Amino acid sequence: MFAQRLMESYRKLVLAALAAGAGLLSAGFSFGPKYVLLHPAGPVAKSELHVFILALELMAIVAVIVLALFFYAIVRFRDTAGNTAPYTPNWHSHTLLEVSVWILPAILLLFIAIPTVKTTFSLAHLPKGKDPVVIDVTSLTWKWLFEYPKQHIATVNYAVIPANRPVLFELTADSPMNTFWVPQLGGMEYTMPNRVLPLWLEADKAGTYWGHSGQFSGVGFEKMFFNVKAVSQKSFQTWTTTTASAHPMTLAAYDRLLKQTTVGDSTYGNYPADTFPTLASGFSLTGSGMYMVMHDKKGISYIPMVGS
Amino acid sequence: MPSFVPYLVHTLFPPGVLLPDILLIDFGLICAGIGVIVLLTKTRRWGWLWYDWLTTVDHKKIAILYLIASLVMLMRGGIDALMLRAQLALPTTHFMPASQYDEVFTTHGTIMVFFMGMPFIFALFNAVVPLMIGARDVAFPRLNAMSYWLFAFGAILFNISFVIGGSPNAGWTAYPPYTGLAFNPGPGENYYFLALIIAGMGTTMTGINFLVTTLKMRAPGMSLMKMPMFVWSTMVTSALILFAFPPLTVALAMSLFDRLFGSHFFTLARGGMPMMYVNLFWLFGHPEVYILIIPLFGVFSEVVATFSKKVLFGYPVMVASIVAIMFLAYGTWVHHFFTMGAGPAVNAFFGLSTMLIAIPTGVKIFNWIFTMWGGRIQTTTAMLYQMAFIPVFMVGGATGILLAVVPADYQLHNSYFLVAHFHNVLIGGTLFGLLSGLYYWWPKMFGMKLNETQGKWAFWLFLIGFWVTFLPQYLLGLKGMTRRIYTYPLGFGWHDLNVISTFGAFIMGAAFVVLVYNIVWSLLYGERDLTGDPWDGRTLEWSLPSPVPEYNFPRIPVVHDRDAWWAMKQKGQSLADLRPEDVHDVEMPKNSPIPFLLGASFFVLGFGMTFAWWPIAIIGFVGIILCLLFSGFDYDDHHHLKADVIRQTEATLGRLQG
Repeated sequence: MFAQRLMESYRKLVLAALAAGAGLLSAGFSFGPKYVLLHPAGPVAKSELHVFILALELMAIVAVIVLALFFYAIVRFRDTAGNTAPYTPNWHSHTLLEVSVWILPAILLLFIAIPTVKTTFSLAHLPKGKDPVVIDVTSLTWKWLFEYPKQHIATVNYAVIPANRPVLFELTADSPMNTFWVPQLGGMEYTMPNRVLPLWLEADKAGTYWGHSGQFSGVGFEKMFFNVKAVSQKSFQTWTTTTASAHPMTLAAYDRLLKQTTVGDSTYGNYPADTFPTLASGFSLTGSGMYMVMHDKKGISYIPMVGS
Repeated sequence: MPSFVPYLVHTLFPPGVLLPDILLIDFGLICAGIGVIVLLTKTRRWGWLWYDWLTTVDHKKIAILYLIASLVMLMRGGIDALMLRAQLALPTTHFMPASQYDEVFTTHGTIMVFFMGMPFIFALFNAVVPLMIGARDVAFPRLNAMSYWLFAFGAILFNISFVIGGSPNAGWTAYPPYTGLAFNPGPGENYYFLALIIAGMGTTMTGINFLVTTLKMRAPGMSLMKMPMFVWSTMVTSALILFAFPPLTVALAMSLFDRLFGSHFFTLARGGMPMMYVNLFWLFGHPEVYILIIPLFGVFSEVVATFSKKVLFGYPVMVASIVAIMFLAYGTWVHHFFTMGAGPAVNAFFGLSTMLIAIPTGVKIFNWIFTMWGGRIQTTTAMLYQMAFIPVFMVGGATGILLAVVPADYQLHNSYFLVAHFHNVLIGGTLFGLLSGLYYWWPKMFGMKLNETQGKWAFWLFLIGFWVTFLPQYLLGLKGMTRRIYTYPLGFGWHDLNVISTFGAFIMGAAFVVLVYNIVWSLLYGERDLTGDPWDGRTLEWSLPSPVPEYNFPRIPVVHDRDAWWAMKQKGQSLADLRPEDVHDVEMPKNSPIPFLLGASFFVLGFGMTFAWWPIAIIGFVGIILCLLFSGFDYDDHHHLKADVIRQTEATLGRLQG
């Protein structure tokens, strides 16, 4: 009789927990705009949030089951006088239970694993049929340099991109490693010396999205914030044309940037040729193999490496 | 000569170590040092210190040495944590300079992993593994002492850095090229590399020692599948250590070469490849997190069975799951850097392997719950930590799965979500496990119980403090806050959660104070354990008196069952009714000063190399060679404990017939 009542209240408890969990999850979407990860502003960040939420929901199911079993056990089987629960000191094996604790979690994980793999592969390719803007990003101590190889302009600590058009960020470092991260546009990627890594992001709508480094790189590291301003295609073109007439960055100016300092935003009409690796290897966004980036007078070209 | 003195002063005491708070600590340390020396001299305890402790090879005493060291390190690492949380509580504060903040998060992480977590685990290994398997010591007692002293002098070398020369400041992971001379000219990183290499050698030797001990030293009848789960976890951990530490040593040595000898393995200039360090580091680092948790899985398996008054559920499955974890642990390291452009195929593979490892871990959680099912749960402090562990670790595991989802990790990597995740598993799993083990085996180690009321106070403060600290940090991750950031502007909305998190950290600080009070109070007034079996235990260590005599077992027991001592009690047998004729002479290892001197020599070598003062380094090196030669040809390494002495001891304990 007691057991029955206990089971009854226990069932209610599980239902309440489920409802609370669901409420919490849906509340997640109403978390304020400061929760930048929950307010994606582009297709990359959106697909990343999508798998995150899916995995979170599936994990919540596991959590409810485990917590229900756990709290039931610790209440029911307490060592108190007059506890009528069955006492089975030698119960050590139950084949069905032992098999299902392996199989059921494995099945559940499949539901997470499949979208994980799908999204991982889809994010590794630029969307077809859209011409990307290429921006070469170099992390310096403790500032960000953005160079536009096609437009021959450069900015420090901010970048301007067209909305609704993919942007291919080519990342390197002339400094300790950092990560390049604009949370509302998508996940981060390392900037490493002697390597060029690709990362594509896209903004759905015009706006200013803050970014910063996620990898510690020295005492000025916390100052490595930057803004990515997404504007309309037309404004982007206007901006590049007007910027082209700004003062060019000299080699001396670049050397000043290399110093261990923090600086404000700046804009340059041109930049020296050798500031970004002219030949570097990385992993292709357009295929699965290695590629090399080649900068020359004709612009940039991607040369697939032999054997890939 | 005159220019020599300013050089020395400037090198040893740069401005970074002359901050007021550090000077205050210096003063305190000097006072404490003088106090200890005076006390030892006044009470004539120098001989006691040397003969009973510094030269001991007894695993039970080495366990106590490890325990003391790790509690001291827990205090240091904890104070570091409170300093970090104080700095982060409010936006744009300058509680301490940025350079000091960088040093403090580096020492916090390094100390908690290498100089608190690992030695605490080794304290438990040393305290009970030989007792659980019915052995008189570990397989190589002198090597065991060498392991301890290498660890201890490694820890000293690491810890003096904040007083002399300056602390390392590149995070506990020490990613190059930031650790290179171009960005990091002081001696701090040299301290880090050398201290970890020295302590790491000790750890590797511990791995070898306990692997051999668990494989070769078990009492007759104790087959592998009759070993207590804690012994299984010791064996698996030792195997992990054996293969995990070499890549770390290599990575550290290469970084050190870049700094001391001008090589370019990982430097910015001349085509160094920093990512190769990252690979080597996590090739060690991922097995390392299992080294830090599997022993505690063992502790929880012992504690849950004892305090549920019930046999462990699914023993073969529990064994299979830790063995599976052992193998899988080597196949997941890339998940620490999905964001280094390894390509979708590699990332997907390591994402899946990481999810796979959750299955055996989940199996263990279910089996612990099924062990409680149908039992009679006694809520002792040790059991409370076990019970808190299950939901806490489950949350940590679930967020681990979220981080294994590669696209989600692109967003969460190096964010406070990650910081919250690994503290979730390291505090909820490792620290709670260590404290559970501490409360459980304390009577066996010291002969008295830790006071339960005070213990429960510490427990609840730890548990509440933990959630208050780390739940907000998950949310901070979703707000885009990244780790190791010194301060932050107001506009990001990070301050409210940071204040709560800091408040929680201070609750945990209070918990630590209560824990220390509990230990000191119990040492003075704690309830003595006269039975040797205060918890009605199941495994062989509870068949012995507390504290255990030097030779452990006067007669090696024969094992027939999995819970050997429980089965003996059920059959009405006891090991306390020894017949005098069953006692024979026992061969015991002899104390030796070599391990201590070897550790000291390594310290001299390490200190010399830190400052590139080669004559000092050479002195240390010669010391090492001499110690090894002497030890290699020292055949006088054991003595015979006479049967009469053992009989007398057993008689005083009331365990001898007639």
